[in-house]
Amino acid sequence: MSLTSDEVNRIAFLARLAIDPDKIDAYAKDLSGIMNFIDEMSAIDTETVLPMAHPLDQAQRLRPDEVTEHNQREAFQKIAPKVEAGLYLVPKVIE
Amino acid sequence: MQWETVIGLEIHAQLATKSKIFSGAATLYGAEPNTQACAIDLGLPGVLPVLNQEAVKMAVKFGLAIGAEVSPRSVFARKNYFYPDLPKGYQISQFDLPVVSTGETTIVVDGEEKVIGITRAHLEEDAGKSLHEDFEGHTGIDLNRAGTPLLEIVSEPDMRSAKEAVAYMKKLHALVRYLEICDGNMQEGSFRCDANVSIRPKGQEKFGTRAEIKNLNSFRFVEKAINYEVLRQIEILENGGTIVQETRLYDANKDETRSMRSKEEANDYRYFPDPDLLPLEIDANFIESVRTQLPELPDQKKLRFKAQYSLNDYDAEVLTATRELASYFEQVALLSGSDPKLCANWVMGDLAAALNKAGLEIEESPVDPQRLAGLIQRIADDTISGKIAKHVFEGLWASLESADAIIDREGLRQITDTGAIEAIIDAIIAENPAQVEGYRSGKDKLFGFFVGQAMKATEGKANPAQLNELLKKKLS
Amino acid sequence: MHEKTIRELSEGLKSKAFSSLELTESFLQRIDRLDPSINAFITVTPERALEAAKAADVALSGGTAGPLTGIPIAQKDIFCTEGVRSSCGSKMLDQFISPYNATVVDRLNAAGTVMLGKLNMDEFAMGSSNETSFYGPVKNPWNLETVPGGSSGGSAAAIAARLVPGATGTDTGGSIRQPAAFCGITGIKPTYGLVSRWGMIAFASSLDQAGPMAKTAEDCAWLLEAMAGFDPKDSTSIERPKEIYSQGLDKSLQGLRIGLPKEFFGEGLDPDIHQAIQTAIGEIEKLGATVKAISLPHMHLSGPAYYVVAPAECSSNLARLDGVRYGYRAENPKDLKDLYMRSRGEGFGAEVKRRILIGTYALSAGYYDAYYLKAQKIRRLISDDFKKAFEEVDVIMGPTSPSVAFQFGEKSQDPIAMYLSDIYTIAVNLAGLPGMSVPVGFSKGLPIGMQLIGNYFSEHRLLNVAHRYQGVTDWHQQSPKL
Repeated sequence: MSLTSDEVNRIAFLARLAIDPDKIDAYAKDLSGIMNFIDEMSAIDTETVLPMAHPLDQAQRLRPDEVTEHNQREAFQKIAPKVEAGLYLVPKVIE
Repeated sequence: MQWETVIGLEIHAQLATKSKIFSGAATLYGAEPNTQACAIDLGLPGVLPVLNQEAVKMAVKFGLAIGAEVSPRSVFARKNYFYPDLPKGYQISQFDLPVVSTGETTIVVDGEEKVIGITRAHLEEDAGKSLHEDFEGHTGIDLNRAGTPLLEIVSEPDMRSAKEAVAYMKKLHALVRYLEICDGNMQEGSFRCDANVSIRPKGQEKFGTRAEIKNLNSFRFVEKAINYEVLRQIEILENGGTIVQETRLYDANKDETRSMRSKEEANDYRYFPDPDLLPLEIDANFIESVRTQLPELPDQKKLRFKAQYSLNDYDAEVLTATRELASYFEQVALLSGSDPKLCANWVMGDLAAALNKAGLEIEESPVDPQRLAGLIQRIADDTISGKIAKHVFEGLWASLESADAIIDREGLRQITDTGAIEAIIDAIIAENPAQVEGYRSGKDKLFGFFVGQAMKATEGKANPAQLNELLKKKLS
Repeated sequence: MHEKTIRELSEGLKSKAFSSLELTESFLQRIDRLDPSINAFITVTPERALEAAKAADVALSGGTAGPLTGIPIAQKDIFCTEGVRSSCGSKMLDQFISPYNATVVDRLNAAGTVMLGKLNMDEFAMGSSNETSFYGPVKNPWNLETVPGGSSGGSAAAIAARLVPGATGTDTGGSIRQPAAFCGITGIKPTYGLVSRWGMIAFASSLDQAGPMAKTAEDCAWLLEAMAGFDPKDSTSIERPKEIYSQGLDKSLQGLRIGLPKEFFGEGLDPDIHQAIQTAIGEIEKLGATVKAISLPHMHLSGPAYYVVAPAECSSNLARLDGVRYGYRAENPKDLKDLYMRSRGEGFGAEVKRRILIGTYALSAGYYDAYYLKAQKIRRLISDDFKKAFEEVDVIMGPTSPSVAFQFGEKSQDPIAMYLSDIYTIAVNLAGLPGMSVPVGFSKGLPIGMQLIGNYFSEHRLLNVAHRYQGVTDWHQQSPKL
């Protein structure tokens, strides 16, 4: 399994990670190496094996429908990079 | 070329829980920005979701109401994409194992019944809101809505016209309100839909390429957006073009749909089971306990109205459109003890017209069922005529008085005393010898003149049937 | 004083041999003096610590003190601590002052412990050497040229250097056990779901588990007792009766069945480590245990499966770090895409980026079945191997790591070589089992750790075995010359 620079760019965009163009090839090499390591999995037949998403073989626990959280906007927005009038600001989004 | 329209709807119903689907923040509409967004809703580091059991119960209710299978085991998955109103960078939704699968509902369009398949309904969290105005070069993000529980109801592509789509949406709107799982407030976005629209040559089996019109939040917009989109697609195909599969937005001001630029980049949502949430298991006992709590549903109620009140199909359909209207009618029928058809006429006629004019919902009616029933009783027992009743109704609307009080105060009681009516007729005959002569010589049309005179003399209070009968006798 | 165990310090506090304030001041001074060369702490919180120590002294005099009241500890910087920077070793969260406490922090505070500060770690717990921290690598106190292990390297080094008697760690693929082994201390990763994950910054949610690190198994038992327990805020937290881990540690090992998987003693294992483990097992046999050779046939696939599952989960878990609501935000973004790309590109280090990319790739359209689903199936096979093994044995033993602490830079340029240093630990996380590392010797002056793996919720037994072993050996009492 070997990843091309184009594939690295495509995944980097999906993950919204800016990667220095000089380093794309190095990432492609590292990621290809890791994928090769991972590809050891393909040697074994798992046709009849049930996937295991979680170590706990249990059902989800639910909570009662109660309002337990109250306004903490001030505390939460103290650590925000850019806010105005109680809103988080981002560069203009065009729909 | 004859084209056939194919429509499937994805309806998003906000569930009427007190708290959010995965957090204890309130879900009230209209709060100051970000005051109802807790650490979980904001996706702060280290926070974890815990599922609201009421949201699950509501989903089960819906599943039972559409005769669907409620999955004993369903799974929450993460739908990964970046957008500023999506704080965690993923939406918790359900993907290959939804809580509700395969149900159906019946719609009526132009008197024809049609079954619309419902593929699935799943639980997910709503996103926040982006405010594009007001901030020079910036978009403001309000995350109060983030984490509000949604039931996404996905239909089969079974609808063939905008009209059918609207009928289906109205049907589900009534249903979720009957079930009290959604307030149905479309202006606030509590009930909205995405429409998948395609066309194909009539007779062709293969579906055409579809466009998805996002976020339609009124029945009118659904109809107009679909109609516009169908024409747009026909024009493209007839000019030899091809339809692009894409997401479009309906612009109500221009009455057109346009491609959404922000969704242009190919999405790859990378769904996978949310490792913070174990499988949701719903046991049979729970489902049965929810089943026993289900209210009477619109279709059942309609059938009962036809049987119990001998109403025709149309009346039963209209009166069961909402739970509130049906309940209002039933109270009037019960309290008045009168002919249900008469009650139906008043509820669907004068009352509905007055509410419509005032822009009020049935539950906001200034005339409560008790007072309307009082009026209907007086019509039924001949105390007043239908015509006088309209006048009394105006009084009910404008005051808190009962029908009887208005009738007594204004002296509107019908004259049913034969002697009294006869005396009035005698006086009219004595005063109008020429007309009596004319009538007796064959001018039948003059009968109306005598009725008019008698009504004038009694200020409209003479019982019309009695008056006719006595007049005929005296004039013959 | 700094050589004492938590139990000994607790006795000293109770008998008024010293106060919590004196104890706290003494450790703070030691941190001041020694940490510049170790770099175990990202943030030291002396004011808070002294205040907490004073409160502890009041409780100690008032008779309301518990066993941990007044004991100095430190928190791995992965745990959110209200009002204190909670960086997770990343530039991304360098300015993140948490508005809330992790449940683990709340519980240890409630137990009366005194937090001295926040410990260094690999960025977002991704690493096995502590070289990926934004705050620079932690040095192994046994040899400042070698790594302390990771990701809880700051915790392990701080305890080994006697800067703090106990600390918290987290373990996603060996991040408690491997640094404990490299630094010659004791650490336990509990069963998945035993300790709440609320407020613990997620790396891979289905693998992450917090646990204590200390000099001895007994100290770990005391700390675990405070940390463990049901938390309604974590829906993967398990509701079960609370266990008193500090009791029953002396229970006899007579009849204990030890399993030695042949896969743990094959190629790639340092012969010195092999020897030390055998010697240690001999000691435990003398205490009444019996040994049985077993096999975990899918062990060799745990690395490949882990490097799909963990990156996949982390690629999604770290998506929230987008520069919008908190954390690092790139300067003057020209549009939304630029804000995302650069905030994340500049805020994350190379190893975190590699893992996000791997995870994104493994989950992307067309690859899901071949990677993510396949890894989940292998996870099942690995878990089933353990299930089968625990039908025959009580505790599985083997090395914690194939080598002792390595040199800085030795593996940091080769991700696969680095990943292989966790080959004995990650299967335990995939299965969700409890695992421990205890010091069992030295090779070239560097500590060797032995791993103990138990069945679900057998922490008590693991601690009991380790405690009895530590009763007849003194490896855990050795400390580096600084």
